[in-house]
Amino acid sequence: MPGLIGKKIGMTSIYDASGKNVPCTILEVGPCVVTQVKTLEKDGYEAVQLGWGDKADHRTSKPMKGHFDKAGVSPKKRMVEFTGFDRELKAGDELKADEVFNEGDFVFVIGRSKGKGFQGVVKRHGFAGVGQATHGQHNRLRAPGSIGAASDPARVFKGMRMAGQTGNKRVTVENLQVMKVMPEEGLMVVKGAVPGHKGSTLVIRK
Amino acid sequence: MDKIKEIANKLVEMKEWPEFNAGDTLTVSYKIKEGNKERVQQFQGVVIQRRGSGTTETFTIRKITNGVGVERIFPLASPFIEEIKVNKRGRVRRARIFYLRGLTGKAARIKEKKTFK
Repeated sequence: MPGLIGKKIGMTSIYDASGKNVPCTILEVGPCVVTQVKTLEKDGYEAVQLGWGDKADHRTSKPMKGHFDKAGVSPKKRMVEFTGFDRELKAGDELKADEVFNEGDFVFVIGRSKGKGFQGVVKRHGFAGVGQATHGQHNRLRAPGSIGAASDPARVFKGMRMAGQTGNKRVTVENLQVMKVMPEEGLMVVKGAVPGHKGSTLVIRK
Repeated sequence: MDKIKEIANKLVEMKEWPEFNAGDTLTVSYKIKEGNKERVQQFQGVVIQRRGSGTTETFTIRKITNGVGVERIFPLASPFIEEIKVNKRGRVRRARIFYLRGLTGKAARIKEKKTFK
């Protein structure tokens, strides 16, 4: 699937053709450069590796520097493989938002969700807690309740929803409609929310 | 934040409206669609708040209809708004006059602002 790499700018709302107010997210998409072209003969599959975002030279490892030098591009922060672009690409080629996405397309946006730390079951899984706040009750308000039976099965089942790290993990949001593509600014507007904080890196694919 | 507003300004067309604040009495003419037909309706009442900024700014108007309080929120940039007319400038001491919700009849009056040239 073709796609590009970009970052989240933030949310606002715009009006569509019928005058309806639509909540949407502004994304900075591309420009991406081709850092490697993978071929069936050499790599066993076909893909185009795109790089996005400049990275300081001294933060790039020597093997990676070699990789970028081979493509003749400056070191990049994030690299992702895509397939199925309209035109033939070779290492060093630049791709912009309007070459891949059009208004009305539906895209998948992949990012890292906002980290919320170690959270209880109420925040993490939407549990309702146990019991009341008053009438002598204590420490049960945000409790998970029972996690299983006793001597049979004598264990807690796998996948039992419990407290733990919440957020800060890879999240894909599917089928977000592209409301607008602004090629001069390298921006794109999609309907709805995308994962992560403002400025976080996103992978946008069809 | 500024960057979002900058971009939003390009995406949303802002119309020019007269200046108004909480306490003012407005008549808002707005288009409503009924099937295929479009007509203009008017809503007259007191502005009880302006909220947000830039292209997403909204204002709330309150009026009493048949003894029932009715509030309507309009986005300032809404393409459905035809006209905003300021009927009266009210003198109020805060930006959000929610205390008006608890008042009825004579108590819910707002003093008119005196303007000197």
